[in-house]
Amino acid sequence: MTPSRQAFAAIVGKDLRTELRTMRSLPAMVLFAVTTFIIFRFGLDRTALSGSLASGVIWTTLLFAAVLGINRIFLPEREEGGFDAFRLAPVDRPVLFTAKAAVLFLYLLVLELIVIPVFGVFFLQEWSGLLPLIPVLLATNLGLAALGTLISSMAVNSRARDLLVPLLLLPLVVPLMIAATGATSHLLDAGGPSYDKFGTWLLVLGLYDGVFCLVGYAVFDFLLED
Amino acid sequence: MSGRGLKQLSILTALVLLAGFALVFFWVPMDADQGFKQKIFYLHVPLAIVALCGFVAGGVEGFRHLRTNDRSHDANSYVFIHLSVIFGVATLITGMLWAKASWGHFWVWDEPTLVSFLIVFLLYCTYYPFRYAIEDRDRQARYASVFAITAGAFVPLNFMAVRMAQSLIHPRVFATSGGGLPGSMLFTFLVCLVGIGLLWVTLVKLELLGKQTSGQVSKLRRALEAEGFGGSTEPTGTVGRRIAPNLEAQ
Repeated sequence: MTPSRQAFAAIVGKDLRTELRTMRSLPAMVLFAVTTFIIFRFGLDRTALSGSLASGVIWTTLLFAAVLGINRIFLPEREEGGFDAFRLAPVDRPVLFTAKAAVLFLYLLVLELIVIPVFGVFFLQEWSGLLPLIPVLLATNLGLAALGTLISSMAVNSRARDLLVPLLLLPLVVPLMIAATGATSHLLDAGGPSYDKFGTWLLVLGLYDGVFCLVGYAVFDFLLED
Repeated sequence: MSGRGLKQLSILTALVLLAGFALVFFWVPMDADQGFKQKIFYLHVPLAIVALCGFVAGGVEGFRHLRTNDRSHDANSYVFIHLSVIFGVATLITGMLWAKASWGHFWVWDEPTLVSFLIVFLLYCTYYPFRYAIEDRDRQARYASVFAITAGAFVPLNFMAVRMAQSLIHPRVFATSGGGLPGSMLFTFLVCLVGIGLLWVTLVKLELLGKQTSGQVSKLRRALEAEGFGGSTEPTGTVGRRIAPNLEAQ
């Protein structure tokens, strides 16, 4: 293994181990998402959802649950000196970006694995659209992970950390949400999934992921200097 | 950057803008469909184009700041974005007036350009609280540059995504805003575009000059205080929570 890969594996392993031991982020994200579904049940006054309404509820909930995780992704680094330790280590700095984005990606994946079936039980009458939803979820997770890591690392060193993450992140992910909801709404149509523009939306998601993974990787160096 | 040429530039700006508006009011033919109301087009569209170009230019300056670590690029980036946000407010207001006059509503969600512009505008509004939240000047400049680059890359992507979301249902009626114009309208539009562009440049230069001057004043004041003149009647007040970049080192 090259030093970068070693560092990557070490950081991802460290984060997953701490999460398993302390359970700081994931349970909160899951609880938040499930509660939000209940609020939507009464806010929209529907017992079953399909089409664009279903995709809107899924993505709004996932996005806000993701913000909870993004807020905390760099917290141990800041509070317990992880940043200083990382600066001292002889590894490339963007490794921290890739590792944190990978951790966030995994968090989102676990969140969706729990929350999407719950959504199905609560609201869906037609489950066949959930299988083709997987690539949409993966592509959107990648974009959220890249942007979330970038924004979180910017916000964590400022005074208004909890405020800045949603403030900066939400406008930035609007195109991501447009593409994700656009792809999802036809998959969850009441009469079974249809694939209108599905490929195009996936392409938009892919392009967005590509651009912001590159931007994040390129500028991350400057966020760690002190 | 210095104040040299600023006077000439201001006069040129005023002349071009006056010429552009004279053309708009007295020369260019009335729009067959919308009549006089359509003339806000010559103000609204140049404002929007200049604001968006300013945002992207702010991103380029942010990139140059990170590359060279030269504070003046951060100041440029800040001033570019600052003025583009102001131009953005004007764009949104003129756009809403135009929408009310020609479509009957202040806000039309079906018009992708309007929606994308609002999203971009909201994103850049967060630039100020973001800068404000970071105390350390060096870090503030670096983080602001990272923000400017990220947001600059976001502008074209956002326009693409919003446009795609709409074109599923609606045909692009306004897609040919340049190409579909008759010659006289295109000429007037270009004069107005140049005028608004010059206005932006003039204001940028003016604000940069102002920042430079106030930086020099506080530098001189501190030098005076160090030599025992002036006393401490007034706090110099340049450290602390100012979000505008500091140009004292120039």
